[in-house]
Amino acid sequence: MTATPQPSTLDLVADVVVVGGGPAGTWAALTAARAGADVLLLDKGYCGTSGPTASGGTGVWYVQPDPAARDKAMASREALGGHLQDRRWMARVLDQTYENMNRLEAEARYPFPVVDGRPHKRGLQGPEYMRRMRSWIKRAGVRILDHSPVTELLVDGAGTVAGVRGHRRQHDMDYRVRAGAVVLATGGCAFLSKALGCDVDTGDGALYAAEAGAELSGMEFSNSYAIAPAFTSVTKTAYYGFATFFHGDGTPLAGAGSQGGRSVIARELLDSGVVLCQIDQADAETQRLMRTGQPNFFLTFDRLGIDPFTEKFPVTLLLEGTVRGTGGIRITGDDCATTVPGLYAAGDAATRELVCGGFTGGGSHNSAWAMSSGTFAGGGAAAFAAALGAGAHRRRLSGTGGAGIRPAGSGAGGAGRAEALDVLRRQVHPYDKNYLRHGDRLRPALADLDAVWAGLRAGAAPAGGDLPRLRQAAAMVAHARWMYTSALARTESRGMARRQEFPGLDPAQFHRLAVGGLDRLWVRPEPVTGREVRELAVAS
Amino acid sequence: MIEIVSSSRCVTCDVCIAVCPTDVFDRGPGGLPVIARQGDCQTCFMCEAHCPADALFVAPLTHPAPEGSPLRDERHVTESGLLGSYRREIGWGRGRKPGARQAVGPELGRARITPAS
Ligand SMILES: Cc1cc2nc3c(=O)[nH]c(=O)nc-3n(C[C@H](O)[C@H](O)[C@H](O)COP(=O)(O)OP(=O)(O)OC[C@H]3O[C@@H](n4cnc5c(N)ncnc54)[C@H](O)[C@@H]3O)c2cc1C
Ligand code: SF4
Ligand code: SF4
Repeated sequence: MTATPQPSTLDLVADVVVVGGGPAGTWAALTAARAGADVLLLDKGYCGTSGPTASGGTGVWYVQPDPAARDKAMASREALGGHLQDRRWMARVLDQTYENMNRLEAEARYPFPVVDGRPHKRGLQGPEYMRRMRSWIKRAGVRILDHSPVTELLVDGAGTVAGVRGHRRQHDMDYRVRAGAVVLATGGCAFLSKALGCDVDTGDGALYAAEAGAELSGMEFSNSYAIAPAFTSVTKTAYYGFATFFHGDGTPLAGAGSQGGRSVIARELLDSGVVLCQIDQADAETQRLMRTGQPNFFLTFDRLGIDPFTEKFPVTLLLEGTVRGTGGIRITGDDCATTVPGLYAAGDAATRELVCGGFTGGGSHNSAWAMSSGTFAGGGAAAFAAALGAGAHRRRLSGTGGAGIRPAGSGAGGAGRAEALDVLRRQVHPYDKNYLRHGDRLRPALADLDAVWAGLRAGAAPAGGDLPRLRQAAAMVAHARWMYTSALARTESRGMARRQEFPGLDPAQFHRLAVGGLDRLWVRPEPVTGREVRELAVAS
Repeated sequence: MIEIVSSSRCVTCDVCIAVCPTDVFDRGPGGLPVIARQGDCQTCFMCEAHCPADALFVAPLTHPAPEGSPLRDERHVTESGLLGSYRREIGWGRGRKPGARQAVGPELGRARITPAS
């Protein structure tokens, strides 16, 4: 179908479009602009506050370029990740992160703390980091449109990605951008769980990429749940390492912990509905450092009048899906290219298996990946756009969006956003479905998701501001279907993808899982790359 | 969720309308922001951090604070010092030192696992 602009459509042109303005998107935009590209960044929310980095802040995988330190850093999570990482990529990301953090200090004047006379660069405070990224990219000439969710990708006659379409929600106006290349940096998918800063992350980029023909990878590593005080949003988990957990009656909940004991918390929440917590292992000095280190951790407690060090308070687990899980769009080149020409992926929208294997990237790796992959993707997209030359903006474009945009079939039996959210609430959020996984529960859950997907495909297309919301619902349903399809294909327990009926590691399943498709899903084993480097490192 | 817009403090700068990632506010009469879509609020505290007048208060709950809750009472949050406390802690606002300069947390060792007794 040829895209003819509607009268109310804003028509724009750019060399590189960046979708999403979190850390990955802003680093991509900066790099593309510095390479000479005319860059337009589009954010569903507001570049500078949107996404979990802005509200949560991040520890960063910042390691001095000393071979022994780097080697130790790369080895640290290898076993946890089921050895699915790629050492060559880890080394590249450590290099790029080191450089970017130093540039943040030198060029963006980020106010790093000083410890023993040296800037301490192992963390970034969220609001400060992202406010500086916004002004930095604006100075570099990047144009930003906030509150402008992208709703689909546009391709040329050869299937090369050549633009996007979206909606400006504060102006109630659609827009279309012709572009030489597109970077998807839309974050992961946390299924509207209200985990800190995550409701903007509904997996939109993965859906759009798949509609254009891209593949995903590592989607079985998507069952990340984070601790928060009950009925609150602050899913900052590091300090729960100093906590003791209790049953509702105040007796210790043996085996529970923030790392390596979180499933015990999930089990107890399923069984009794109550888990209490007290951060009782922190001495006075530790308590003081916690407050200066992460003031937002205390927002909840201060406002509810709870002293977390001396009082027991109820906790819950909120779904963070592929935000602190690892799956995403499959990367096929060092420049974060995908299988679709003209399309690049960065940050949580992309798979982080290359640096995290099957383990979470939370705590350090994800932030390093976001800034590094953003840099790689921005450079790749700028080069791709430049190579297209003058003909880039004369191509005939067509939209790739399916569910919610171009109804399939007669329109009978259509489902809408409310049905989709209901199925997601019943089949994806519950701990006994997505966290403590068993095939007997995954299969019917997937069937339910498949059915609502078919309904969304058949349903009518809404107009205006309702379209982005419906597309988000479709993206979450698609995400969940890829998650469960991959989870069912991995009949072992590796990384965070654990199956109750297959508790052990199966050496025969030492591979990654690519997954894709929209109406019919497929899954395919992929060899683990980067092993040569590791073998060499072990041998020497 | 966002609970309070202080009409006496607000300087009608529209910043909160721009920065809220989930588009919770609309511009109301006299330029005052109104909480138009509270259900979309993700309790991220970003509007509060960016409001130059300490005119916003986000209750830490992921559901609306119940009727009569002190978290909906401007006087309570003002007198208890909660209003504007996030900006104070991150050191935003004229004459303050960025909190990022101090942000060094404790060393995180291996996370504790709750023992049987
Ligand atoms: C509470 C919490 C704490 C964390 N702490 C750490 C840590 O200490 N260390 C660490 O390494 N990692 C941590 N993480 C993970 C880290 O925050 C993420 O990996 C990181 O934010 C990813 O950056 P991103 O740019 O890819 O995505 P995001 O930061 O999620 O940004 C995505 C952006 O895309 C926009 N967007 C989404 N859909 C669309 C669309 N359709 N159109 C236009 N724009 C769109 C969103 O509005 C948003 O601005 C934490 C996560 C959470 C939830
Ligand atoms: S940011 Fe603060 S001062 Fe500005 S309009 Fe919003 S409430 Fe008023
Ligand atoms: S807390 Fe976050 S989501 Fe809620 S109104 Fe403020 S900025 Fe918007």
